[in-house]
Amino acid sequence: MTFSTFSRAGSIHIALAAIAMLAAIIILPSFAPLYTLINVTLYMSMGVFALSLALLWGYGGILCFGQSAFFGLGAYAYAIAAINFGDTTLAAAFAIVIPALFAAGLGYFLFYGRLSDVYLGVITLTVTLILFKLINSTGGDAWRIGEARLGGFNGIPNTPLLTVPFSGVPLSPAQMFMLAAIMLFVTYALCKVLIVTRFGRAVIAVRENEMRAELLGYNAKRLKLAVFVISAGIAGLAGLLFANSVFVSPTMFSLSMAAQVLIWVVVGGLGTLFGPVAACFALQIATAALGKLGIVDPNIVLGTVLVVFVVFVPGGIQPALAALHAWIATPTRQSRTLEKVAR
Amino acid sequence: MNDYLLEAQDVAMHFGGVKALDGVDFRLKKGELRCLLGPNGAGKSTFFRCLTGTYKPTRGHILFKGNDIAGKERHDIARAGIGVKTQVPSLFDGLTAHENLWLALRTVQSAPIRKEKIADVMERVGISSLSDHILGRMAHGQRQLVELAMVVASDPDLVLLDEPAAGMTDGEVERLASIIRDVNRTHTVVVVEHDMHFIRMIADQVTVFHQGRILAEGHVESILANQLVRDVYLGKKHVP
Repeated sequence: MTFSTFSRAGSIHIALAAIAMLAAIIILPSFAPLYTLINVTLYMSMGVFALSLALLWGYGGILCFGQSAFFGLGAYAYAIAAINFGDTTLAAAFAIVIPALFAAGLGYFLFYGRLSDVYLGVITLTVTLILFKLINSTGGDAWRIGEARLGGFNGIPNTPLLTVPFSGVPLSPAQMFMLAAIMLFVTYALCKVLIVTRFGRAVIAVRENEMRAELLGYNAKRLKLAVFVISAGIAGLAGLLFANSVFVSPTMFSLSMAAQVLIWVVVGGLGTLFGPVAACFALQIATAALGKLGIVDPNIVLGTVLVVFVVFVPGGIQPALAALHAWIATPTRQSRTLEKVAR
Repeated sequence: MNDYLLEAQDVAMHFGGVKALDGVDFRLKKGELRCLLGPNGAGKSTFFRCLTGTYKPTRGHILFKGNDIAGKERHDIARAGIGVKTQVPSLFDGLTAHENLWLALRTVQSAPIRKEKIADVMERVGISSLSDHILGRMAHGQRQLVELAMVVASDPDLVLLDEPAAGMTDGEVERLASIIRDVNRTHTVVVVEHDMHFIRMIADQVTVFHQGRILAEGHVESILANQLVRDVYLGKKHVP
């Protein structure tokens, strides 16, 4: 895998994403029913979540099994802060900062402790399951932070909706949809730009060969910690958007949530950004449809999709489509076709 | 401040009861090209790894430009000015030769200067034609040259090369010797090697390791004529 060059290709991808975002903002709210609008908002929050792991795993080479810990922490930090502060603007910042700080503490021990990839996966998964268990056990009235009751397995159903900054006017579903679309685009563009900066290339270098990167003077541990923290912040942002689409609950920390995001990245294509978002949307729509039909458990379908992709399309959707495009456009094929015609 | 670029003082490295290095004193002046040689298990590679920060010596000091680097992190040692070429080429296999060199120029901020330096180094090492080739798909000899180019591109004060000729054809070895002599015109170089033919092609000064200690040191021809050194290599008698 080579560097993504932020020349024409990178700029075109960002421009296309901007057009898609603007089109969605302009078109969907005017004709889509409220239910669809809320669902798409939810998918977009999940898309941001997919980007957080796409960056961390695909470009940082860090397989985090517990990305949902940061997702859940972001949502809970937002809900607790919003209930206590009354205003949601500062609470929204908490949704990003708290998971990032938590990742900084956890990552320090993981990376400076020189744990191998396997242990890193196990520990991150354990952390999210501990948080899942912990939050589930906060059902009593004693479990509160300030005014906010944690609510055990019921979560925090009275999570305040985001408001127009410092005005107290809550965002309508259409406005929330627009905000989610903008955030998805901004996160995508941010990741796209980040991977071609000197920092991003150094992160890729560490993924490719940590020892060589260190022998060239790159501080691998610091770089890994930095990308881990950035990724946690993005997952926290996804948690914030999710909390405003549905509500805050312990399932955000659950094993199924941790597994889903891994599947999106594998299916979409490791080392890509658009792929995991596309896979997230496609699989969310598919599981919702299957759930409605009630014929088969969506989790079984998700598992099957994962196995099929790992075995038959290990590169994922985006690289497979790119390879197909290259194969169709290759001059050899064109010349072959011309030769056939000539005969 | 002494005259030496690198000075190892009483460096020891023990693995349990095994003394891989046992009190090595080593000095290197700026501009030198020194070969470290010795049979397998002599301690030369362990000493090399102590210099690169891979191993933390059990005892002793390693002064580089007057600062003790013993036990420091690999990236700190690299930043201090030591460039390393490992025995088995350690590269960014998924990236192109150009991208590998781009990463080697960590301290260069300006894009035009970076581009110019990459082109210069590629030409110097003779790998310009490989610029857009992915490292993972290159032949062993080509990979060795790209790694050497990366070390040279980072412009360190001291270049450490661990068996750079390993696995190369005769033609490639001759070319490599010429490149190393060229690199030595601008850099201080230490080469770990046990191929006598290759050592003769590049070195003036040689340090011989045996059983974790320095056995002999001096001009290559006098060292190769040294009976003690011949005995170590040919195993004629036990050397204390």
